[in-house]
Amino acid sequence: MDALLHFLPQVWFVILGLFLFLYVMLDGFDLGVGILSLTSSDEERRGLLMTSLGNIWDANETWLVVMAGALFGAFPLAYNTILTALYIPIFMMIFGLVFRAVAFEFREHSNNKLFWNYAFGLGSFLAALGQGFALGSTLEGITVDAAGHFAGSTWDWLDWRSILVALTLIQGYVLIGSTYLILKTEGELQKTHYKTAKLATITTFIGAVLITIVTPVFYETTRVRLFSAPTIYVFAAIPLLGVLLVYLLIRSIDKQEEKTPFIWTILLFFLSFVGLGLIIFPYVIPTQVTIYQAAASPSALVFMLTFIGVLIPIMIFYNIYNYVVFRGKVVTGVEYK
Amino acid sequence: MDIFSNTVALSRMQFAFTAIFHMLWPVLTTGMSIYLVIIEGLWLKTRDPDYYLHIRFWSKLYILNFGIGVATGLPLEFQFGTNWGPLSEAVGDFFGSVLGFEASMAFMLEAGFLGIMIFGWGRVAPPIHYLATIMVAFGANLSIFWILSANSWLQTPAGGAMVNGKFIVSDYFQAILNPFMVKSVAHMFLATLETSLFMIGGISAWYILKDRHTAFFSRSLKIILATTIAVAPIQIYAGHLSAEQVAYYQPTKLAAMESKWESSPAGQPADWSLLAIPDEANNRNSWELTIPNALGYILEFRKNLSVPVPGLNEWKREDRPKMVGLIYYSFRVMIAIGFFLAAVMLWNVVEWYRGNLAPDKIGAQKWLMRLWMFAAPLGYIAIEAGWVVRCVGRQPWVLYDRIRTADGVSNVPPNNVLTSLIFFMVVYSLLFVTTLYFGSRIIGEGPKLDLPVPGADGQFVINTEPAESVPDRRPVEAQQ
Ligand code: HDD
Ligand code: HEM
Ligand code: HEM
Repeated sequence: MDALLHFLPQVWFVILGLFLFLYVMLDGFDLGVGILSLTSSDEERRGLLMTSLGNIWDANETWLVVMAGALFGAFPLAYNTILTALYIPIFMMIFGLVFRAVAFEFREHSNNKLFWNYAFGLGSFLAALGQGFALGSTLEGITVDAAGHFAGSTWDWLDWRSILVALTLIQGYVLIGSTYLILKTEGELQKTHYKTAKLATITTFIGAVLITIVTPVFYETTRVRLFSAPTIYVFAAIPLLGVLLVYLLIRSIDKQEEKTPFIWTILLFFLSFVGLGLIIFPYVIPTQVTIYQAAASPSALVFMLTFIGVLIPIMIFYNIYNYVVFRGKVVTGVEYK
Repeated sequence: MDIFSNTVALSRMQFAFTAIFHMLWPVLTTGMSIYLVIIEGLWLKTRDPDYYLHIRFWSKLYILNFGIGVATGLPLEFQFGTNWGPLSEAVGDFFGSVLGFEASMAFMLEAGFLGIMIFGWGRVAPPIHYLATIMVAFGANLSIFWILSANSWLQTPAGGAMVNGKFIVSDYFQAILNPFMVKSVAHMFLATLETSLFMIGGISAWYILKDRHTAFFSRSLKIILATTIAVAPIQIYAGHLSAEQVAYYQPTKLAAMESKWESSPAGQPADWSLLAIPDEANNRNSWELTIPNALGYILEFRKNLSVPVPGLNEWKREDRPKMVGLIYYSFRVMIAIGFFLAAVMLWNVVEWYRGNLAPDKIGAQKWLMRLWMFAAPLGYIAIEAGWVVRCVGRQPWVLYDRIRTADGVSNVPPNNVLTSLIFFMVVYSLLFVTTLYFGSRIIGEGPKLDLPVPGADGQFVINTEPAESVPDRRPVEAQQ
């Protein structure tokens, strides 16, 4: 029984990590494309960027809903505390996503495409910013009372470290967005995205390095854990692998390869997730509330596991099918008659 | 004003506002998807290009509506954490699990196949496309099942008990199959279907009245009519069953729905109030129009009540719902609409029987067509009214008889809630106007009758080119 009490929350920690990773990877490139569209002055290009997402943004965003539902069911205490503490960043994200969603529908029918393009771009930016703040301040730690409930104040989430995380996340989204567009476009347009991809690789890299340095310096608990015997080898391997991946990514961009930049970027995201997961574990709210404290009762975790666990491969399967149906380059020039 | 510095009141207003607004969109998402399954099936069977053009036309409205549904559903999901944190923590074991199921079974299915359903023409073979349409419809209607199971559980918590302020579940299947679940799911399912049918019927009638594509739309009108013959009467019966279960499980709500202050003992007849002006300050109705002895007939199909029906005065003020007038009139509005829609259906059936709905004669049925148009928005009003009865009538409980609404609210400063509420009001008002504008524009443009029909020459064109050279032509499709 005791083993079960530990095992189940761990399983759900991994599943939630998987959902979050899928969301950040998939909606990450949607949001990245959205942010990139702000830099474009040319209507046709913006149309193309939005078109490349038309059929997938909704499925991608649904991973966020799945993640939130699973967090709610598996760690109700954390759901309460985190969302209450992050009231403002969460609503930033929500309104951003609302704008982005309706921009897709309305742009189609509107004569004033420019307005909805900005709704799309700014909505994506706002959503990414909100997510960045939420991530940053969760990593920093949320002030809680003895019962694990939020005990801080409204603006706790805003400081230079959460700004650093938010900016880096936005860069990361732009990076994965650019490499996705390299895959989906051709010609001149594709060339532009090689440039943005390279730029974003560099800025993301700088952000990641800063975060890696800042984390052990400022957080005592992390430092203690990071620099103790077995873990230090794992944690040393992650930055090394990261640097290797960045090198491979830049090389593939320079060689103007089409698929590999996207693949290296995904691996880079995955690596960061593994790193984050190792730093956070066994907490859901770092250094305050462990997954064991926050977990729903074991029966609930089993109940959810039987229903959702089985579905994970199926969900992934038909999502992949969707990508297979719409493989190939997005074609221009046919949209405006 | 007091209310602007009260987190509980503001959170309730925010939830009510966002839920009422969200509810406008799932109606077509679920109901129209069934209609699309029907006509696509007819197309595959008959290969009549008209059916194909029907699908393409109605799915334009479908996708517009769908997007707003997704955009407004997202805030609801997160509000359980941001604004109803203590509630979420207390009921997370069950309620959170169910929201997780809804997302991973229903939403994911809808979202995963929607792209193929809308943009996939010409990319997949027609039977695969049909499969996608069915999956979207199935996913949408599955979400009714899960969300109503969750909401019904808030009304009649089953399968466990409160322990130290947390609801501990002992039997999950009993919780899913809580006493309200089956009938509420049925009533809601029929509600979205009926409303969608009357909406599609109303739009079709508008075209017929304008003498545009009369033959085309008299066809959709007939499909609609054939379906409403079953749906409209069953819905009245399903509503009746809902009222019975409320009478049994939630007597405070029933008393408010009837604005009934004094109890009626068993073994005697009781009056049913048709109209009233409730006077909450004095615990009575200041004016009332009643039908003598009718309550027994309505609840039990006989004159004398077999169980007593308690009135509101049986409870202390803080243990029963407020806003009795709102609940009372919402209930009556819903019932009136239910009977009105059934009457519209009956009149149409008579005309159909007399042959007056044939494409060459239907144009002369001006008043009938106007009636369809008038009926189009009524289902929406009934749905919102039904939810007001259900949610406001449940007060002061958020988990009936277990957790009070005021104890479920997150401890956030009122200013935060006020700000987000104002944002919602502004953004949603704009959304509403814009959607109506673009929706009416799609209707104004009408169906495109010159679209190439896939497989028209008896052959399906399936791409056999290598993956790399298959261009992704979503924009072309999106235009059609
Ligand atoms: C009639 C049934 C019904 C009811 C009562 C509700 N919903 Fe809903 N919801 C749907 C039927 C639906 C749907 C038909 O499945 C939608 C509409 C458009 C769509 O994509 O799915 C949807 C969308 C939708 C989404 C976006 C899903 C996505 O990203 O694909 C979320 C997160 C919610 N809803 C959550 C809620 C919550 C928390 C509700 C309760 C307070 C709620 N809905 C009431
Ligand atoms: C099926 C999913 C739904 C669930 C789980 C749900 C649950 C809730 C919850 C938790 C509250 C907050 C507590 C409160 O303020 O009383 C609430 C209030 C409310 N909901 Fe629902 N609701 C659902 C659907 C809806 C829909 C679709 C509508 C409207 C069309 C609606 C209308 C309202 C109203 C008007 C209130 C405010 C009641 C009041 O504060 O007096 N609900 N509901
Ligand atoms: C004509 C007779 C009708 C009766 C007697 C009736 C009765 C009821 C009752 C008693 C409730 C409250 C259930 C609760 O609080 O648990 C309810 C809820 C509701 N009604 Fe009706 N209703 C009728 C017609 C309609 C129609 C025509 C529609 C829409 C097209 C509709 C839509 C709804 C909805 C959406 C709810 C809330 C969700 C649910 O309980 O399933 N109703 N109805």
